[in-house]
Amino acid sequence: MARINSAAELEERRLGILSKRDPNKLCIAVCNGNGCSGRNEGIISVFTEELGKQSLDGKVDVRATGCHGFCEKGPFVVIYPEEICYTGVTLEDVPEIVAQTVVGNQVVDRLVYTDPATGEKAVRQSDIPYYKNQTRLLMGNNPMINPKDIDEYLALGGYAGLSKALFEMTPEQVLEEIKKANLRGRGGGGFPAGSKWETTRNAPEKVKYVIVNGHEGEPGAFMDRALFTGNPHLVLEGLIIGAYAIGSHLGFIYTRHDSPELLANIRTALKQAEEYGLLGKDIMGSGFDFEVEVHFDIGIFVSGESSALMRSIEGKAPEPTPKYIRTSVSGIWGKPSNLNNIETWANVPQIISKGSEWYSTIGTERSKGTKLISFFGNVCNTGVVEVPFGTSLKEIVYGFGGGIPNGKKLKAVHFGGAMGGSLPASMIDTPLDFDGLAKVGAQIGAGALMVLDEDTCMVDLARFFMKFLSEESCGKCVPCREGVRQMLNILTNITEGKGKEGDIELLEEISEVVGEAALCSLGRTAPAPLLGMLNYFRDEFEAHIKEKRCPAHFCKNLQ
Amino acid sequence: MSKILIKIDGREFEASEGMTILQAAKEVGVEIPTLCYYEKLEPYGGCRLCTVEAEIRGRSKLVAACLYPVEKDLIVRTRTEKVDQIRKMLLELMLAHAPASRDLQAYAEEYGADKNRFQKESSFCIHCGLCVRYCAEIKKKEVITFVDRGTNREISFIPEIASQECENCKECFPLCPTEALQAAYVLTQALSFPSLQSVTE
Ligand SMILES: Cc1cc2nc3c(=O)[nH]c(=O)nc-3n(C[C@H](O)[C@H](O)[C@H](O)COP(=O)(O)O)c2cc1C
Ligand code: SF4
Ligand code: FES
Repeated sequence: MARINSAAELEERRLGILSKRDPNKLCIAVCNGNGCSGRNEGIISVFTEELGKQSLDGKVDVRATGCHGFCEKGPFVVIYPEEICYTGVTLEDVPEIVAQTVVGNQVVDRLVYTDPATGEKAVRQSDIPYYKNQTRLLMGNNPMINPKDIDEYLALGGYAGLSKALFEMTPEQVLEEIKKANLRGRGGGGFPAGSKWETTRNAPEKVKYVIVNGHEGEPGAFMDRALFTGNPHLVLEGLIIGAYAIGSHLGFIYTRHDSPELLANIRTALKQAEEYGLLGKDIMGSGFDFEVEVHFDIGIFVSGESSALMRSIEGKAPEPTPKYIRTSVSGIWGKPSNLNNIETWANVPQIISKGSEWYSTIGTERSKGTKLISFFGNVCNTGVVEVPFGTSLKEIVYGFGGGIPNGKKLKAVHFGGAMGGSLPASMIDTPLDFDGLAKVGAQIGAGALMVLDEDTCMVDLARFFMKFLSEESCGKCVPCREGVRQMLNILTNITEGKGKEGDIELLEEISEVVGEAALCSLGRTAPAPLLGMLNYFRDEFEAHIKEKRCPAHFCKNLQ
Repeated sequence: MSKILIKIDGREFEASEGMTILQAAKEVGVEIPTLCYYEKLEPYGGCRLCTVEAEIRGRSKLVAACLYPVEKDLIVRTRTEKVDQIRKMLLELMLAHAPASRDLQAYAEEYGADKNRFQKESSFCIHCGLCVRYCAEIKKKEVITFVDRGTNREISFIPEIASQECENCKECFPLCPTEALQAAYVLTQALSFPSLQSVTE
């Protein structure tokens, strides 16, 4: 395919793609994401086979898409243009779908979604309450895109944001727009992206780098993967726009080593973008050059931490290094390096195309836009949802999550994995908000929400997180390595009925030292889940220690 | 080199750019305890014993003196209650591994650290990394490295290289604040190249 050499050519290309499409042609979109944990394997090939048998190959398109988000009910098959949606499709269902729907234009009733609460059926995917109630600004295109085909992204208006940035805006204006939108980092800290970009841009070193943090190490988090695998160009477009604003000509995608589909899609996206002149030298004829390298994590949690990640890209061990000079001033090879999370980058194109004013209407006062949340644990549905900031946790757990299974009661929700915090059920009305949640001790983190029912022992959960950290800390600094080791010892003792008077106070004292003296944020936030639990569930710790009793009847030695 | 005016424990000092708090403190005669620091090596920031309070533009934070670069109007406090509390606990955490270490004992006395406060894990090594870094940075050999991570992290000699290099060097031995290094070496030797051992004995 020929290069695109101007804004007008991009629009021409898009119209060209659309004109070649027959809007009435059937297209079977099958989710090929990783959320359904392999249940979708082989469905696509059986569809192709079945269509062949009916001599329909060529007359019907089959599209392998990324994750649709409602993984509990996956795999999803959506048949366009009518958007007929089937859930939980198996290989055996495929012949029936082809015969009934593709050939016979009939809906296969038994595969249609039925709302468990109301008993109502929803034939179209967008009518399923799970989808209808979301604001799918980032994930919404996943069902409509084959991530291996750049044309499908272009058809939906892809790279229009880049085109606008390059031809209608100066780098300063792009930066201003991101700042005005108050885009905040989605990787854990909620740090304003605009001011980080500005620091990198203004750093004296000429050579600057931009980086996608695609490590996604938080246990239970899989939305970054769902988004990046399903719509890689969205992230890439955001990255290129960011590079333009910052004045960087080389970017790095630091991504998971264990996700072949993700990697294949990234590589294909880079190659196609380059062929189209959207990446590489003289992007779209604008004179702006930008290239991207792909690097792999080595699958340890701390490699997602910014300084460890940068050491890893340099080819060294992913060990955090002190950051008294910010990485945005001195990062990879001492050059100013701007690191953002996948989801952060994915927000950029829409802010540029639709403007910061529009973006600011979504969300809360200080947390703008939408957030991807993956939920798991004691909850009826698992999956990824995209909701505006300000949505209550209750809506997420009950509205999307479908509540707590087996008639159990909700005990707590936990955000942010081993560096986050739990909130008791009584605080379920708390709205999703970076600062609001941080204030009550539940940092959103990457957005993995763990739902806990009444059978959960909070002391054991604290022990579990501490164990995770004792294995995932890099082990370089004393407070983190040794403090976590001792806190784990104490917590293990408590869950085994060997807790002593004074243990809680000692845990708090160690927490304070670890939180203040550790080298990197892993150590500095390691005590957070424990401190939150001591705050909201202190009586459970006391029951374990003083009465040798586990109120949740979970700890085996205390029954 | 431009001069930067800073204050350490009330004493004013004209530091030069690029200096760390630790270096500046030394010049004014303020002692800051260190364990993983060695002037010939890149600062590491592992032991955190050198933690001090650094105030800049009215905001105070706890930083590692061996790494923190001086900046304009910096005010450093090296012995606040908070700093002492941190050092005391760090020492107690390390003493759980190496209760007999002289360096640790001396500091323990100064900071009132109790060597029996935490459950003992007599692995001796306190992971200061002096041996590992000396071998890599000065000798350019990397005979000894860290393996594993988190609480399982330990030092390990690579026997194939150790049998060639160590016998005539052993320059890192005196740097070790505990007996861990020698123990690890003797163990490596006994397991991997015992013949050499008998020759030297
Ligand atoms: C131990 C640790 C692990 C982290 N893992 C990730 C990760 O997997 N993905 C991520 O985007 N950020 C991770 N972060 C946060 C990054 O250090 C960094 O703040 C973030 O990528 C910046 O991007 P943002 O501002 O867009 O959020 C981690 C931080 C720590 C301390
Ligand atoms: S805080 Fe933990 S993860 Fe971070 S440098 Fe120290 S030991 Fe490593
Ligand atoms: S001497 Fe500064 S951290 Fe060890």
